[in-house]
Amino acid sequence: MNYDAIIIGAGHNGLVTACYLARAGLKVVVVEKNDWVGGAAVSRSLHPGFTYSNCSYVSSLFRPEIMRDLELPKYGLQVLPYEGGAVMTRDGGYLAIFRDHEANRREFSRHSPRDAEAYDPYSRDVFRHCRFIRPLLMRTPPDPARFRPRDLAELAWLGKKTFDLSESQIYEMIRFWTMSISDFLDEYFENPVVKAYLAVSAIIGTALGPMSPGSAYVLLHHYMGDVDGNVGAWGYARGGMGSITAALSASLTDSGGEIRVGKGVEKVLVQNGQAVGVALDDGEEIRAKRVISNMDVKRTFLKHVDEAELPASFVKQVRNFKIRGSSGKLNIALDAAPKFTALPEGSPMYKGDLHFTDSIERMERAYDDWKAGHFSRDPFQDVMIPTMIDPTMAPPGKHFMSCFVQYAPPKIEGQDWTDADRDAFGQTCINQIDDYAPGFKDLVLHAEIRTPRELEAEVGLTEGNIFQGELTFDQLLFNRPVPGYAQYRSPIKDLWICGSSTHPGGGVMGAPGRNAAAEILRDIRVPTDMSDAYAVL
Amino acid sequence: MPSFDAIVIGGGTNGLACATRLAQAGQRVLVIEGRDKLGGSTAETDPWPGYRSPCLSHLLTHLDPRVETQMKLADHGLSFVDRNIPSTALALDGNHLVLTGAAGDTISGLISDADRTAWQGLRKRLMGFAGALAPFRAMTPPRLAKESGNQYLKLAQLGLGLRRLGRDEFREFLRLALINIADVLEDDLADDRLRGLVAFDTVLGAWMGPRSPNSLFLYLNRLSGEISGKRGATALPRSGMGSVATAMIQSAKTAGVELKSGAMVERIIVENDRATGVALASGEEISATTVISAINPKTTFLDLVGPRHIDTGFANRTRNIRSRGGAAKLHLALKGTPDFRGANLRSRLVIAPSIRSVEDAFNAVKYGEVPTRPVMEIILPSAFEAGHAPDGHHVLSAIVQFAPHEPKDGKESARNAMLENTLSVLEDHAPGIRALIEHSDFLMPYDIEDRYGMAGGNWHHGELAVEQMLFLRPFPAVAQYSTPIAGLWLAGAGNHPGGGVSGAPGWNAAERILSRGRS
Repeated sequence: MNYDAIIIGAGHNGLVTACYLARAGLKVVVVEKNDWVGGAAVSRSLHPGFTYSNCSYVSSLFRPEIMRDLELPKYGLQVLPYEGGAVMTRDGGYLAIFRDHEANRREFSRHSPRDAEAYDPYSRDVFRHCRFIRPLLMRTPPDPARFRPRDLAELAWLGKKTFDLSESQIYEMIRFWTMSISDFLDEYFENPVVKAYLAVSAIIGTALGPMSPGSAYVLLHHYMGDVDGNVGAWGYARGGMGSITAALSASLTDSGGEIRVGKGVEKVLVQNGQAVGVALDDGEEIRAKRVISNMDVKRTFLKHVDEAELPASFVKQVRNFKIRGSSGKLNIALDAAPKFTALPEGSPMYKGDLHFTDSIERMERAYDDWKAGHFSRDPFQDVMIPTMIDPTMAPPGKHFMSCFVQYAPPKIEGQDWTDADRDAFGQTCINQIDDYAPGFKDLVLHAEIRTPRELEAEVGLTEGNIFQGELTFDQLLFNRPVPGYAQYRSPIKDLWICGSSTHPGGGVMGAPGRNAAAEILRDIRVPTDMSDAYAVL
Repeated sequence: MPSFDAIVIGGGTNGLACATRLAQAGQRVLVIEGRDKLGGSTAETDPWPGYRSPCLSHLLTHLDPRVETQMKLADHGLSFVDRNIPSTALALDGNHLVLTGAAGDTISGLISDADRTAWQGLRKRLMGFAGALAPFRAMTPPRLAKESGNQYLKLAQLGLGLRRLGRDEFREFLRLALINIADVLEDDLADDRLRGLVAFDTVLGAWMGPRSPNSLFLYLNRLSGEISGKRGATALPRSGMGSVATAMIQSAKTAGVELKSGAMVERIIVENDRATGVALASGEEISATTVISAINPKTTFLDLVGPRHIDTGFANRTRNIRSRGGAAKLHLALKGTPDFRGANLRSRLVIAPSIRSVEDAFNAVKYGEVPTRPVMEIILPSAFEAGHAPDGHHVLSAIVQFAPHEPKDGKESARNAMLENTLSVLEDHAPGIRALIEHSDFLMPYDIEDRYGMAGGNWHHGELAVEQMLFLRPFPAVAQYSTPIAGLWLAGAGNHPGGGVSGAPGWNAAERILSRGRS
């Protein structure tokens, strides 16, 4: 059996690439080492009656163009926008969060009238940066070190887009891209709780603290998504994040693509400098005209390709690629809804993100622990209870709680995580929740504790980095994953990369997978009906 | 009321450089300095009988070549004990590492061959980048607008200069431009002493740790400096740093600049949106066609011009200039020779044993706290030449990082704690040094602010960080040295290319003022 393309890994990007290729008439097969599809966008039943989104847990970034092209709603995907959220403070108060700008503004004014005033210009400025960057997501980055027509044309397009802004807007954008979120927020706001809330998106999944320069860009990375055209809005995939990859799988199968689970790839087969297929763990070999890896760049080239096939300089670049994990995850089955002392009962705040980190300082101190090789003693947690909106994930009256935790390092003081470390980490997180919701511990029926170690072992994310590579400028745009290879190609002919290690990076976005497919089809001159990038704004 | 073509507020190196350039072009220039002594933070003091000590800066890494030659500083008495003093990375076990030559082109001490080779490679690459960036120091920052009066030809040349490094180097430049120094050092080097030294040099004078993204750029900035045509040099002027100030003052006088010290400017007189002169604290008013502020931009706009003459947005932007100082300054008079476990005292002694040590020292100041183990750069001018201390005695000058500029526990207690921690680190590296201390003087960032008018105690009059450099320094509307107030110009370290004793901002501003007059 000979395929046009083998995709290694059934994560969302691998599936997106496969879908586009299959729709263009290519014969594709996706091989997945786990017995299930989804990568880090999965719904798993690990406790009777409960469904966990046990890795990624909310949706916003997934590109609407892809959703439409691949007809995902038809294959069962439904995104439920959520409203609400709160930052609970140490003194027993809270800052409520709403999706509605005016409601948020009113709530801010309860904490600081000045900050309520500042919220308008702040939102305006951030969304201007957002508008600039969104169209870049679905385009292949140019190579500024080469003078091929396509690179020059793309650079010219970027230049024109930049100079469409006013002079002062260009300066503000450069500043925004390079400064820390803490400094940026200081220019607008005064209240520590307001600042702590707004800083969150700048650190999620990132090995940076809110005081690290460059963190403001990460904020943008989390703001540029949308739900049903509402930019910056977030939602739950009904039935858990696995619904996204389930819909992708159904779409793929419908287009004639194949998925083979429980098939780990041992090696990419290379002959005469050209990828010709893969050898599986069980000895089977599958041949194809091209191989596309959805694994991160380190895993792909350092583990599954013979080093002899690669230029030494490329191997060094890949070795130096930064992919340090910074987060952990707790998935908890609850006997009943938790009661947070600070929040009024039945409040809509329970439907969104619940935070306990009420100052930038606490957030930054949590990062200091990561730098020193520990998990945070006072971690930042993004706690969500999807079952407040989506009852399909738990038995009636019971709840599924997802706790995303910053920071957890890939190693503890240079040593691999032990089970005892993992349990101590889980206990720290649960204790923190219990501080704000006394009696919480008694509600826990089951808890899955995931450190970078578990993320790497199960999902294959090297060092447990959820973005398949850190989102700093040395690894963005034409630098992602490494300079000279930002166009989804590799030094080996017909070996491609399509995961979050490539532009525009991580999050359940699908853009890397879509862009890789576009490059492949362009390479073999197959016409497509792929949507061009469009901006909702 | 006397009238001048130009009044320069602030008699530090930038004020003197700017004034001299204007006077050389035939203008009648007056420099007004609030303190009794000209030279700003470069001047020297005689704090204790028999001792001479630098004020703040104690070494020279950037001296603008135009300033050095066109001000004829050598003719006015500037010479060097050494244009490239070695750096010693101190180790507690006496296994020091010594880097000699420009930016450490040779290493002596016990170090692996792999590290020696890797360092040569890294140093060469970074020196290459720094060399391509250096010409930017000597020009007005470009504007990012279609009709902007940029020096396009020069910009194109500079751009080409970077591309000429070769495709792979150009790519590396784009990758490394905004990276953090710690990652690069960890990728290439294994030796903690060497990593610690470079990490320290990178963040010297900055408010960031080596793990902060964009920090590598500060190292390039450091390497882009030159002394007498030598890039990456660290020079010690003969008879101390004060001789730089002295030579500049002489040069200014020779050019016909009038110098007035001990006179505080109370406000800049603005009439119909035009600066027409200055009013002194004494009540005297002096008028001039051009008023040039070589002092802190915050002080300039918020105090001397005043909110009445600037709009709210501009005032806010001025307030938002980030200017957190993170360095403390220690001066010690020692009644004997300290022993840093055999280290050569005729070198720059750096205590920063690892990247972690520098990062940890930075962690504390983020929260207004004092680090338990500060890192520091030490110079003993008296070890290089006689005349700084009585025979057999020494004077020690150290820049100690990081120190909080707004300590949580109060200024007094933070100063005491910081001094104690500093001395305790010193004692670990030079056992017995505490017993040698005859006098001491310790300046926290807030003391530096009080004494030298540097907002937040930041030596650069505004943090040196990528988002406050080039056309963003101190903020876009005033980055080309001109201001919205006609006739008012900026010429201090708050502007491109920033602080360090270079005279470059002052010289650039003067060039811009003159070219404006010509056009």
